[in-house]
Amino acid sequence: MDKRFQIAHREAWIGIGLALFNFIWWFGFAYGMGGRKVEEYTFIFGLPDWFFYSCVVGFIVMACLVWLVVILFFKEVSFEEGDEK
Amino acid sequence: MNLSVLVPLLLFLVLIFFIGYYASTKLTGSTHFLNDYFLGGRELGGFVLAMTMVATYGSASSFLGGPGTAYTMGFGWILLAMTQVVTGYFVLMILGKKFAIVARLYEAVTLVDFLKKRYESPAVVILSAASIIVFLFSAMTAQWIGGARLIESITGISYHTALFLFAVSVLVYVTIGGFRAVALTDAVQGGVMVVGTLILLVAVVQAGGGIPAIVQSLMAENPNLVTPYGADGNLSAAYVSSFWILVGVGVVGLPQIAVRAMSYKNAQSMHRALIIGTIVTGVIMLNMHLIGVFARPILPGIEIGDKVIPLITLEVLPPWLAGIVLAAPMAAIMSTVDSLLILVSSTVVKDVYLNYVKPDASEKTIKQISFGVTALLGTVVALLALQPPDLLIFLNLFAFGGLEAAFIWPIVLGLYWTYGNKWGALLSMITGIISYIVIHFYNSTHGNLLDVHTVTIPVVLSLLSYIAGSLLIERKKYYFIPQQK
Repeated sequence: MDKRFQIAHREAWIGIGLALFNFIWWFGFAYGMGGRKVEEYTFIFGLPDWFFYSCVVGFIVMACLVWLVVILFFKEVSFEEGDEK
Repeated sequence: MNLSVLVPLLLFLVLIFFIGYYASTKLTGSTHFLNDYFLGGRELGGFVLAMTMVATYGSASSFLGGPGTAYTMGFGWILLAMTQVVTGYFVLMILGKKFAIVARLYEAVTLVDFLKKRYESPAVVILSAASIIVFLFSAMTAQWIGGARLIESITGISYHTALFLFAVSVLVYVTIGGFRAVALTDAVQGGVMVVGTLILLVAVVQAGGGIPAIVQSLMAENPNLVTPYGADGNLSAAYVSSFWILVGVGVVGLPQIAVRAMSYKNAQSMHRALIIGTIVTGVIMLNMHLIGVFARPILPGIEIGDKVIPLITLEVLPPWLAGIVLAAPMAAIMSTVDSLLILVSSTVVKDVYLNYVKPDASEKTIKQISFGVTALLGTVVALLALQPPDLLIFLNLFAFGGLEAAFIWPIVLGLYWTYGNKWGALLSMITGIISYIVIHFYNSTHGNLLDVHTVTIPVVLSLLSYIAGSLLIERKKYYFIPQQK
């Protein structure tokens, strides 16, 4: 198989992995912490804790992960025909 | 209403217009007209690629409808909106390099071109072209109406004048500049969207006396507003999670987004777009929906969701700044409409006209037809938006989820699964669309089946049909590059 396709396939799997991780983080904090009674919530920068961890920290973590993954694992390939290396 | 709001909006329209004009100068003397006009010559860089994906995807619903619902529902709706962050990286990582390489190999200019070469079946071509034209045409009309209503509500000029203003500006730059104009204006519009949401968020937090004070008044009004379950406690975890399909990973199947994954220049643009796209999507979605929730204690009692953002902006900002910030939702609508217009036009010209009407058309005819069809489509949409027929409103209900259910597997499995064939693709598209419509009607009378959004079950059914069709009928391996013996 074309080497470039192998790279592309690996990167697609990384995308699926990131999305799964993103979902678990988002769901875990939202419903794990948010399922408590409102009186038990603590507030971080004024925001409910479940929301802060799930949506604010979750977003920052994902942005950093995407950046890291791109730097570390994504390979430069040519898109033009017949340019197999 | 006062002129100081209208002036920044008009200046914004003029700016967009000039960018469109600039893009059109790049078309003169073009030797690959179709590739240039409908795909910008495949030369988008990282920043423009990221912005055009975000801006095309972020529409009236991210700037008006979504925050309006967050106003009523509270933090639970921001949680739901944040499922969209995944689109920032998922679409490009999944379609990614494979789609870019294959599209060049096939010399595909449109999504239908790709499907045509991959499946070699006229039925697949006709079905996909027809569903793009029908569904996205109606989606376009709905956005057009939203744009005109927005201008009407913030400036006070009549709906018809607003529609005319909006239609003329979009039509002109899309028609003369093609995809490149769409992408470049999207980049500016995306920038306006980010800046606008930041200014507005800061102003709203200040007006509310700081985040802790705002959250305290929300809890005093109704403690449910700060839970993940919505104001009435009826947002279930299953329902909210199913939006991961509708507005998250399923977006891979939207033709207007997928086509962008074949328009970029090189791997570096893609890498950069992944990072920028994720950050920009997250910032816009988080900010806009926070604004919606925070607006509640400041301006209680707004009945119509779409009015929350315009009203809160005019409340917390001086008029000239409000004009600049309100250019953001307008930018969001314009950047969605322009992409839909050029996509529907490319489908008509490339997939219908050049495939079946006149395959041997000369370069000059193609040029005239492309300009003509784009202008004509835009005009028809504008005329329909004057008095939208019920059928269009009805079709628009299926535009988003229906297209996802139809296209996601033929695109994704067509790229990655060697056994995928035309029978799988056909079955998958038919099952996707029909089950979406059936389940839509079931859900609207009986409540959500399995407590998840309408799109969920059709996406699963179309996956099963794709696999069944490909394995059971004419099973054969497919190679993009012919195997060497």
